[in-house]
Amino acid sequence: MKKLINYAPSSTSTILLGLLPFALLLLLYVMSSEARLAINPNDKLLPSLGQMGDAMYRLAFEPSRRTGELVFWQDTLSSLMRLGAGVAIAALFGLLVGLLTGALPILFASLAPLLTVVSLIPPLAILPILFIIIGLGEASKITLIAIGVAPFIARDLQRRTQEIPSEQLVKAQTLGASTSQILISVLLPQVMPKLIDAIRLSLGTGWLFLIAAEAISSTDGLGYRIFLVRRYMSMDIILPYVAWITLLAFLIDYLLSTLNKRLYPWSTEGKA
Amino acid sequence: MSKVLIEAHNVGKQYGQDIILEHVNTTVHEGEFITLVGASGCGKSTFLKMILGIDQPSSGKLLLNGESMPEEPGSDRGIVFQQYSVFPHMTVLDNVIAAKGFQKASLTGYLFGKDKREAKQAATDILTQVGLSHALDRYPHELSGGMKQRLAIAQAIICKPRILLLDEPFGALDPGIRADMHALILDLWKKHKLTIFMVTHDLKEGFYLGTRLWVFDKLRHDPQAPNAYGASITYDLPVGETHDQLYQQIDDRIRPKPAPIHAFTDTMETTP
Repeated sequence: MKKLINYAPSSTSTILLGLLPFALLLLLYVMSSEARLAINPNDKLLPSLGQMGDAMYRLAFEPSRRTGELVFWQDTLSSLMRLGAGVAIAALFGLLVGLLTGALPILFASLAPLLTVVSLIPPLAILPILFIIIGLGEASKITLIAIGVAPFIARDLQRRTQEIPSEQLVKAQTLGASTSQILISVLLPQVMPKLIDAIRLSLGTGWLFLIAAEAISSTDGLGYRIFLVRRYMSMDIILPYVAWITLLAFLIDYLLSTLNKRLYPWSTEGKA
Repeated sequence: MSKVLIEAHNVGKQYGQDIILEHVNTTVHEGEFITLVGASGCGKSTFLKMILGIDQPSSGKLLLNGESMPEEPGSDRGIVFQQYSVFPHMTVLDNVIAAKGFQKASLTGYLFGKDKREAKQAATDILTQVGLSHALDRYPHELSGGMKQRLAIAQAIICKPRILLLDEPFGALDPGIRADMHALILDLWKKHKLTIFMVTHDLKEGFYLGTRLWVFDKLRHDPQAPNAYGASITYDLPVGETHDQLYQQIDDRIRPKPAPIHAFTDTMETTP
């Protein structure tokens, strides 16, 4: 009998073991839902899978009577655009600030304390300021996501840049490299995979700010829809939407991780 | 005798209260191959860093070509560290091409067109010289320790430095591979007319390679305050004319003495 600590499952059983909790949760849900619906067929709290399917079919494939849009896809598109724009702006800002402050001691001395303080401001607390200054449109939502995520990315990349062994910087100089050459061809390529990692880590926060902003002021979007139908206790829409958001988050994360491995094959292996 | 390259006049170095080096006086001519040996913390690496330009003497004068040593690394002084000397995000070939790119005054250090083709040819030549022609497209993490050091040497050589600094370059390598590297470095030294400074822990290596051996050690020692006095060059020997007795004497000085065995057995016996 092996010790428990030495017992590793085979690759097939790893997959099966991983799926097991999902299957159990689903089963638990279906059973609870059936039990509740058996007592009260109009119960809204735990709709059956069929009810959710119907509701989603209507949102996804039947044009809205009010706007003529396919609500579900419109919501998805709007949300992804906002998230994408916000995170992209944050990534660009974070890369620039992180790389420069990480590489140049003078910029580090002058900007690092400010960056630390800014990163401590709760972004949702300044959402009203954004609404006042740039209005209730798309810009304020994108800005909220960007402001919420950028300091994290900037500080992370700052640290990653500083972690690059100083031997490399000295070596580049002995090969005749200037400051800009070191920044562009030694440091930048090496922090790019770290940037993608930082984006992956910050997407969770990004979704949080997206849904918060949509809940407060919007006319479409995944977060908007969830908060809208809450008034009618439409769990048959809320639950699939939450599952859809989770799936999207998973897919984006998977995509970025694959991209990282494909673009920067040298970064996942040991250090040189 | 050939031209004087480096002069040290009463060079000293201290960090806070700790005196590392004191009264270092020496003259180095072009084409010499100097090995620096000494116990850990005796200042031999500090002296190398001063020549490299990443550390400055706290007292005295260190001259290069009769002028003050520049306070930053430059392309006239190549370096090979024990590790982290190559760029992990570039293939073997790109590592050397990048070294060529840094030589050109451009913003990014990337080469294009004819420059790139010429650099590629030169890089392939030098990589063949160091025995890496079969690994041009590999990334550093796919190379063995010895191959990485060969690459680092190729990078340094292609920039045609006058001085090559080696900071325990073979410390992490197997004895067999070390012998190959010794042959390589002697070959390059002659072919490219370099002046080489090499820090090593291995006294045999020091006597085998090079034309001149420096032993760094403390002239005065205060057992109550081990850092009160700094080290200096206590032996400056031409290689090839050393008596066994002196060799043994130096060996005893730079190698930490093994702890007396009976001290351990005593404590063992008192333990229940």
